Amino acid sequence: MTSGDATLAPGVPDRAEKSRSLGADAWRELRTNPLFVISCVIILIIVVMMAFPGLFTSVDPNLGDLSKARQSPGGDAWFGYDTQGRDIFSRVIYGARASMLVGIGATVVQVVVGVLLGVLGGFFGRWVDVIISRIGDIFFGLPFMLGAIVVLTTLNPPQSSPGQVAIILQVVLSIAVLSWPISMRLMRSATLTAKQQDYVKAARSLGASTPRIIFRHLLPNSIAPVMVYATIALGANIGAEATLSYLGVGLRPPVVSWGVMVSDAATYFETSPHMLLIPAGFVTFTVLGFVMLGDAVRDAMDPKSR
Amino acid sequence: MAEPILQVTDLVKHFPVRQGVLFKHIVGQVKAVDGVSFELNEGETLGVVGESGCGKSTLAQVLMRLEEPTSGSAVFQGKDMFSLRGKDFKALRRDMQIILQDPYTSLNPRMTVGDIVGEPFEIHPEVAPKGSREQKVRELLDVVGLSPEHLNRYPHQFSGGQRQRIGIARALALRPKVIICDEPVSALDVSIQAQVMNLLGDLQKEFGLSYVFIAHDLSVVRHLCDRVAVMYLGKIAEIGTEDQIYEHPTHPYTQALLSAVPVPDPTLRGHREVIRLTGDVPSPMDPPSGCRFRTRCWKAQDICAQETPALEVRAGGHLSACHFAEEKPEVIAG
Amino acid sequence: MTDIQQGGDTATTMTEDAQGQPALEVSDLHVEFRTRDGVATVLNGVSYHVDPGETLAVLGESGSGKSVTAQTVMGILDSPPGFVTGGEVRYQGENLLTATESRRVAVRGEEVAMIFQDSLSALNPVFTVGFQIEEQFRIRRGMSRKDARKRAVELLDLVKIPNPQSRVTQYPHEFSGGMRQRAMIAMSLALDPEVLIADEPTTALDVTVQAQIMDLLGELQRERNMALILITHDLGVVADVADRIAVMYAGRIVESGDVYSLYRNPAHPYTLALLESIPRLDVRGQELNTIKGLPPNLMRIPEGCPFNPRCTRAEDRCRTEMPELHQLGEGRASRCHFASELINNG
Repeated sequence: MTSGDATLAPGVPDRAEKSRSLGADAWRELRTNPLFVISCVIILIIVVMMAFPGLFTSVDPNLGDLSKARQSPGGDAWFGYDTQGRDIFSRVIYGARASMLVGIGATVVQVVVGVLLGVLGGFFGRWVDVIISRIGDIFFGLPFMLGAIVVLTTLNPPQSSPGQVAIILQVVLSIAVLSWPISMRLMRSATLTAKQQDYVKAARSLGASTPRIIFRHLLPNSIAPVMVYATIALGANIGAEATLSYLGVGLRPPVVSWGVMVSDAATYFETSPHMLLIPAGFVTFTVLGFVMLGDAVRDAMDPKSR
Repeated sequence: MAEPILQVTDLVKHFPVRQGVLFKHIVGQVKAVDGVSFELNEGETLGVVGESGCGKSTLAQVLMRLEEPTSGSAVFQGKDMFSLRGKDFKALRRDMQIILQDPYTSLNPRMTVGDIVGEPFEIHPEVAPKGSREQKVRELLDVVGLSPEHLNRYPHQFSGGQRQRIGIARALALRPKVIICDEPVSALDVSIQAQVMNLLGDLQKEFGLSYVFIAHDLSVVRHLCDRVAVMYLGKIAEIGTEDQIYEHPTHPYTQALLSAVPVPDPTLRGHREVIRLTGDVPSPMDPPSGCRFRTRCWKAQDICAQETPALEVRAGGHLSACHFAEEKPEVIAG
Repeated sequence: MTDIQQGGDTATTMTEDAQGQPALEVSDLHVEFRTRDGVATVLNGVSYHVDPGETLAVLGESGSGKSVTAQTVMGILDSPPGFVTGGEVRYQGENLLTATESRRVAVRGEEVAMIFQDSLSALNPVFTVGFQIEEQFRIRRGMSRKDARKRAVELLDLVKIPNPQSRVTQYPHEFSGGMRQRAMIAMSLALDPEVLIADEPTTALDVTVQAQIMDLLGELQRERNMALILITHDLGVVADVADRIAVMYAGRIVESGDVYSLYRNPAHPYTLALLESIPRLDVRGQELNTIKGLPPNLMRIPEGCPFNPRCTRAEDRCRTEMPELHQLGEGRASRCHFASELINNG
């Protein structure tokens, strides 16, 4: 029998004689990308803040000392005090949790819904695709901010005071409901491409079931663009949370979030700009972190760059 | 003579062409396969040759039931393949497999070689109990000439020829009786092509396989096939043994096709008679009436436009679909 | 270092030098690809020449460097990853690698033109075929729209496209594969190049169309006394049209010579094995002779002769010592330690 396994394919370097998945390749690329390292450091800090706020501060974020109201940053409070005399540093740390929760929650919901519907539409085609795509178009057509504002004000008339969990859920869902069509479209087109590949034909020839084809063959090969989008969307969703809260329809006290803080500080911008700039800065840095991460991931996964 | 293992009768596959913005209506049919009949005997290789657009790849897809036929029947081991459903249909998959053309897209890039070759066992767990699967995969890799150590590698770590071997191992896993080979070597380099062709030949002997070997390269087909069918625009123009088709072709299209293949021997330059066909292959949406080859045929008469020549035994003693079928002396000089 | 020549003075030297000097000469060309996985030596001292009116076939498998050589000659090598690290490309005596960018642009199309394998992606889908041919006349020759159209129609007629008047206004996707390849030939001939490089021009085509296209190329070449460099892996096509052959393996030319004696009596084991490993239409055989193993990884080309791990007659010497290019007389040359034995035994 002929044997052609003496050497590896041209272009495969020495050090990679062992098993090397596409994911491992992407990871190797990522590790050397400064953009990735910086964004990871930012995100890591935010995540630790969110999980263990106690590590950063021992001050109660809701403890107000009116005598210190609107004090500028100084010795015992790095970021100063807000209008009710609460420690801004502590509030920014504790605010990370709500902001990140909304960001992650909204992203997860929108991506899961989008990916599932996208892969179904792409795989089955015909009327399934038509229905999913048209519904997606309708949601996509709704102006995002306006839609979220309408939903949230309808659910919570001005006088009502919804519970913490309820309002976080509402914000998460209203963001997700209005943005899932983007990941659906990305997933659908990636699925359409993957579906044409011969390995899907081969799997069908072997008698593979529809779920196997979808979950074993299509999903792993078409999820990359959605993942890149999700990273960037996570940042954008944190920004959306801040916007909605600032407008007074999103999170509201007693929940602490960066958006709530910006909202509280808005009227005092001219006299005490630090109250607004600090939480806004955190939002900006976090969004930046995720956008950079998304860029780095896209570069690593882009087959053209290799 | 023994029963053929696969008997295809009058197979038709038309693809509707839809047009329109909101309400799509059918404006025509692409007649990719239009009444194809042949039989495949046990242990033999039937070559299907033709140029692009002749329907040979669609034929492969229909035979694998990746596309449902428009009409016609295919009897595999006494059972009508196209009427099988559910469990019986799944069992058919074990007996018929396919090797695809492009070794770069036919393997899932996110699965290891072990997973790819082992997938048939996951789909048909009754073939190999779980504990024995890895051993079976190792054996399969060995059979196709790959090192079983490569189990945990990913497809992109292999060259084209090695990938094609992986695809062959996957097709072999369920011990099929028939393998449809859809241009299995046309994407490979010359020196690798020979390795894979020899492998296919060895496997046939070892496992008693029957091949339907679809290719556009007439030299490759001659090398591997016992019988050959020449397709043009969705129909079989001529079918016969390798010797009948290559040494005594009677259909003008076969003659032209054979004469156009360059032979790697410069001393034959200028001594080979090359039949120059003019024009392009007509659209399969609107094939010519009567004989489909008549628009490019130098023998065409009125009857060719009026009457579709049947595929029947004509001059030379084999099936040919030409009203004026006759052997042409010295198609291949030298 | 050669001085950079100005575009102006070459026009006169060209016609004078045309006698007795190759139309295009590549000497000791080195190209490497710098990728993040390492440096691949893609060309490792490639030399060949082609005379006016001659057809040189550059034969090789994928990764042998046959297309990269052509891209370097045309100055269209993607860089990065490709870098020319040595050698010369001389067009009628002028080193193109040190020429100015504007001179290179002038040479491209006017003097050396190229046609590609994939005519669908080589033509721009959003412009008509006619427009893409006319563009050259309008930009390079300053012709008016009307004159350019007239020339475009003539060219389509020249490459035997039926109804050129109506075809000229069609888009590439309205052409069949063979017609597109004809249109690309028309385009490459628009500015009357002296050298035409055809990179696998018929690989994507059916055999009957391939025969038409090779006929057409041969005819046009004879009419214009053009030098043709045919890059291919198809030993059949080479046997039909080439005058001389250069066989490439792992970035080197391992054997060269005229087509008749090279096919009759190969002087390199690779060429011999290649000829024995292809199925032939006119021969029915059972087992094909194969070349064991794979072409080398260009990031770690084997020591000694790059073909030694796959060679049936490799000896210790082949594993350590890079064979010289042995001149075997009558234009034959081979990079094998046993070249003279091979050619005498043949």
